[in-house]
Amino acid sequence: MKILALTQFLRGDKQADRVVPPSGHTAWLTSFTAATMTFLAVFALALSLAAGRLAERWGDALARSATIRISAPAGQMDAQTRAVLDVLAITPGVERARAMDDAEQRALLEPWFGPNLPLDALPIPRLVEVTEDDTGYDAEGLRQRLAAEAPGAVLDDHTRWRKPLAVAAGRLRMLGITSILLIGASMAAMITLAANAALAANAQVIRVLRLVGARDAYIARAFVRRFTLRALAGSAIGAVAGMIGVALLPSADVAGGFLTGLGFQGAGWLLPFLIPPAAALVAFFATRFAAFRKLKELT
Amino acid sequence: MIAFENVAYSYGGGELLSEVSLRLAPGSFHFLTGPSGAGKSTLLKLCYAELLPTAGRITLFDREVRSLDRDEVARMRRRIGVVHQDCQFLDHLPLATNVTLPAMVSGRSSANEDLQDLLNWVGLAPLADALPPQLSGGERQRAAVARAVIMSPDVVLADEPTGNLDWEMSLRLLTLLVELNKMGKTILIATHDLNLIRAAKQQVPARVLRIAKRRVQLAGADL
Repeated sequence: MKILALTQFLRGDKQADRVVPPSGHTAWLTSFTAATMTFLAVFALALSLAAGRLAERWGDALARSATIRISAPAGQMDAQTRAVLDVLAITPGVERARAMDDAEQRALLEPWFGPNLPLDALPIPRLVEVTEDDTGYDAEGLRQRLAAEAPGAVLDDHTRWRKPLAVAAGRLRMLGITSILLIGASMAAMITLAANAALAANAQVIRVLRLVGARDAYIARAFVRRFTLRALAGSAIGAVAGMIGVALLPSADVAGGFLTGLGFQGAGWLLPFLIPPAAALVAFFATRFAAFRKLKELT
Repeated sequence: MIAFENVAYSYGGGELLSEVSLRLAPGSFHFLTGPSGAGKSTLLKLCYAELLPTAGRITLFDREVRSLDRDEVARMRRRIGVVHQDCQFLDHLPLATNVTLPAMVSGRSSANEDLQDLLNWVGLAPLADALPPQLSGGERQRAAVARAVIMSPDVVLADEPTGNLDWEMSLRLLTLLVELNKMGKTILIATHDLNLIRAAKQQVPARVLRIAKRRVQLAGADL
């Protein structure tokens, strides 16, 4: 559509708008559909963005770190820990390595065993946190050296569980995007049905307009403009309601979990405002398609 | 202006019109008569391409109707004022807006200047703001005539335009159509009203076409 035609469409033609009688049923249905679909789209968008953030966070946190777990008799624990740290100190690609102290290990286990864990009385393995530099290290070579120097040390480079996490986050993101697309398609289908109903109900109006020389484009424009504006208004209400709903979710800082982080951050709060214009576009094309098809049928 | 060449029209397996050939020249005035169900309304609908012939050829303003696309048909209809027998209106719009509808859809505003004169002429000025369902049959008929002529079309096709009117109002409408004809417009009126035909023939050289046995014949001398 040319810019001029679009401007004319947005400005409207008061007289042309009047030729279609006000139809409460389809008006309400279109606005309600647009509002509810946008409400759902806001949540799908929040899910998609949160999944994206999660994937990034997990990727960053896991990609450059590894853990060495040392299981050894109490008498050998310190010696094997020192041996592991010595090996790591001369391993290319390792930026730093440090053994976690008892307090840190207790904090790690606290969510499962409670705060009063008798660490000394339990055969808890010692954990060594490894951070790699940009070049990375040779994991297989490191494993072989560790086996020779500290037989109780096992390298866990997080690959085993990093991959499924990254895949899961990616799928969650895709799920969100797919949901938005399906919501858009559903909205188009429902608005098409509502437009078809409105056109069928106004067959007499169309007959009269044709009798006096109205072109299909003129008749279609009156319907399309009405449905587009209804979808825009309904969608704006749905977007605001959805954003309020997202804002009322518990803060990620308070609970720290994924579900509680299901919100918008920073400029992300502006993204839901893109949904009403998109909904209006969907309504525009859906109604235009329905109108021209119906007008051909009503020859 | 409008020409039929061996036109036939069939509906539901039966042939309603057969071998119809006629020519409405610019500035001519014709009446179309015939018994009920003879096909007068069908012939008028063929004249403004609401129906297409099942055989033969119809030419509107030098264009064969079958070659016209939908937009072209719409543009042709702007040059033809039609008075339907059942006087269809947009029931949610006031009478005045309904009368100016042809101007609205063609994006012209000049018709508004003639609106008041026209409504006065057809005696509907006091009802300008009334909705069509509030009008009587005769008022609707007068409104339909006003709508058909407001754009000063090249052709006026009227299907029983005086069927619900008293004689005085019938003559007023006839005078309006005669005046348009004197301005060079082509007029075709389907009617049963022989008095109306006689009254017209006193003012203009009107010709009478008669539909009988699915064919159109020239009548007139005996009226």
